[in-house]
Amino acid sequence: MKDHAHLATEFNKDEPRVDWHDKTLWFIREKRDKAAGRVPEWEWLRDTASAIKENVLSNLSEYLLQFEDHATQNGVVVHWAADAKEHNEIVYGLLKKHGVDKMVKSKSMLTEECHLNEFLGEQGIEVVDTDLGERVVQLAGEPPSHIVLPCIHKKKEEIGEIFHEHLGTPAGNADPQFLTHAARLHLREKFITRRVALTGVNFAVAETGEFVVCTNEGNADMGAHLADVHIACMGIEKLIPLRQHLGVFLRLLTRSATGQPITTYSSHFKQPRPGQEMHIVLVDNGRSAHLGRKDFRNSLKCIRCAACFNTCPVYRRSGGHSYHTAVAGPIGSILSPNLDMKKYSDLPFASTLCGSCSNVCPVKIDIHEQLYKWRQVIVQDGNAPVSKTMAMKTMSWVLSNPSVYHTAGKAGRWFMLRAPFTVNNGLNPWYKQRDMPEVPKESFGEWYKRNRK
Amino acid sequence: MGTVKTNQPEGRTLPSVAPPMGGEVTDPAKQFVEVLEAIGGRAYIVSGWGRIATIIKEEYTQQHRIVSGCKELAGIAEVKDRYEDPHTLENVDLAILEAHFGVAENGACWITEDRMIERALPFIAQHLALVIHKKDVVPHMHAAYDRIGRAAYGFGTFIAGPSKTADIEQSLVLGAHGPCSMTVFLIDEELSDAGFY
Repeated sequence: MKDHAHLATEFNKDEPRVDWHDKTLWFIREKRDKAAGRVPEWEWLRDTASAIKENVLSNLSEYLLQFEDHATQNGVVVHWAADAKEHNEIVYGLLKKHGVDKMVKSKSMLTEECHLNEFLGEQGIEVVDTDLGERVVQLAGEPPSHIVLPCIHKKKEEIGEIFHEHLGTPAGNADPQFLTHAARLHLREKFITRRVALTGVNFAVAETGEFVVCTNEGNADMGAHLADVHIACMGIEKLIPLRQHLGVFLRLLTRSATGQPITTYSSHFKQPRPGQEMHIVLVDNGRSAHLGRKDFRNSLKCIRCAACFNTCPVYRRSGGHSYHTAVAGPIGSILSPNLDMKKYSDLPFASTLCGSCSNVCPVKIDIHEQLYKWRQVIVQDGNAPVSKTMAMKTMSWVLSNPSVYHTAGKAGRWFMLRAPFTVNNGLNPWYKQRDMPEVPKESFGEWYKRNRK
Repeated sequence: MGTVKTNQPEGRTLPSVAPPMGGEVTDPAKQFVEVLEAIGGRAYIVSGWGRIATIIKEEYTQQHRIVSGCKELAGIAEVKDRYEDPHTLENVDLAILEAHFGVAENGACWITEDRMIERALPFIAQHLALVIHKKDVVPHMHAAYDRIGRAAYGFGTFIAGPSKTADIEQSLVLGAHGPCSMTVFLIDEELSDAGFY
């Protein structure tokens, strides 16, 4: 298993591509800034959204029962899944019950987290992802690299290649308009013929039992309204207490995500249409345990807008796949260690702790502080990488011995001046992507001694 | 559930969602039109249904199957209460439906299923036109939910502009899976037929 640093190194081999990736995401961050700037009460919105979510976390069990009650009264079947395995089996059970082996799916990071597609694939079920970006990465055999923009790491020429191979578009055609139209025709046939549609959930309202799904493409609606069975999967933290709270979250979500004032479609599903079956799967998968971690629980406030991805200097230059988890970026780096601290022990270190993520977060999660706190938990539990532990031990020995410190400083300056190749090489991680600083003639200690004589 | 109950922190009270004063919109309909055009939609301010029918006849010359939920448009569109199977709507070129109200800050219109004929219709049609009254534009989403209140519906949605995607290198393309264009007619009862639209 390669860690973030290794995967990021691979991504960084192609420097122009890294620059392109970096700029593309920064462009989205700038659009977010403009959209936020047009709302004078933006900070009030963030405070209010944060306070609503705090209330949700402190009353989650009550809201869950309320939601189940109301959804059931609305004619929706509610399922509970303790973990990814139970979730996948519930979905498979519903498909089997209806004798269906093909399904359309709109974006759901939860099903990525649960590896639903792989599981259903093993059972002989064909899943078609209908979000354009997700379809691209699905055809490429890759996971999404971004929770809002799944194929942001792909160039249009590569997408043209993939469509040429799988959808039969002419070779060499990389025009976004043309490719999108090809995908429209290809996916329309799937929407028309599939009997089961699975969607994610952006918000679920305890008061009414309804749930809201936001898309720009309209793929969730195309799937759900044409299918005999609609399955909606959600993490238990997606609840909000009242319908009127949607006003706060829908104002924040898309402005934070892409800089649009709202998604094209914000669909409120309350009852199945006549003759249709509607199911909701409420998934825990580590969330209830996370709720018990005082320092980390408020990351469950996340509404998955990905503003923290787009602003993160590390994400922009290392790419989503370097995080080796369904939810990448700064928020993924504090959510994933809760699922598996050992497997994801590298992620809290994939940050400069600059704090930009916390500043753009629409629900005011203290992301960079949690990254810092995770590092301490990980080191205390003995999950830090060996090289880091060794380096830290050496550092603390040098810094606690003045004579060693002075000798080491002198030696360092001597080598950098007379034998620069000993530091300007690939063995020194500081030399990667940067030049070493000019060597001072003397240390501050030496200068001080000379001038105070 | 047990773990959730044990692990959830001490109770936090819910905040008010009444927005702070200041920044009130003077002309919500004007802002609505500006925002809608910025997100790829079109708007016409019209005197009434007759004018809408005329514009549709003039503008949608290539659209053969026009379906509407508005009995006022029975002369130019197929107007039915329901369809046995939503799949039969696959070849609809234009759907014209009456929405409840518009939202100035984001150019969205709120529509519930009782006005859609079939839930699939506003999504499956190649082009979509919605009709609202000019006086029914609220400034922001808080006012929108005040207006929705405790309304009962099986399905409802905010629609803001045409279906779109920017998944391929951030190039905006209108017409992802749903309608390739979205037009809103705002009926202004004070406008005379001879006036502008």
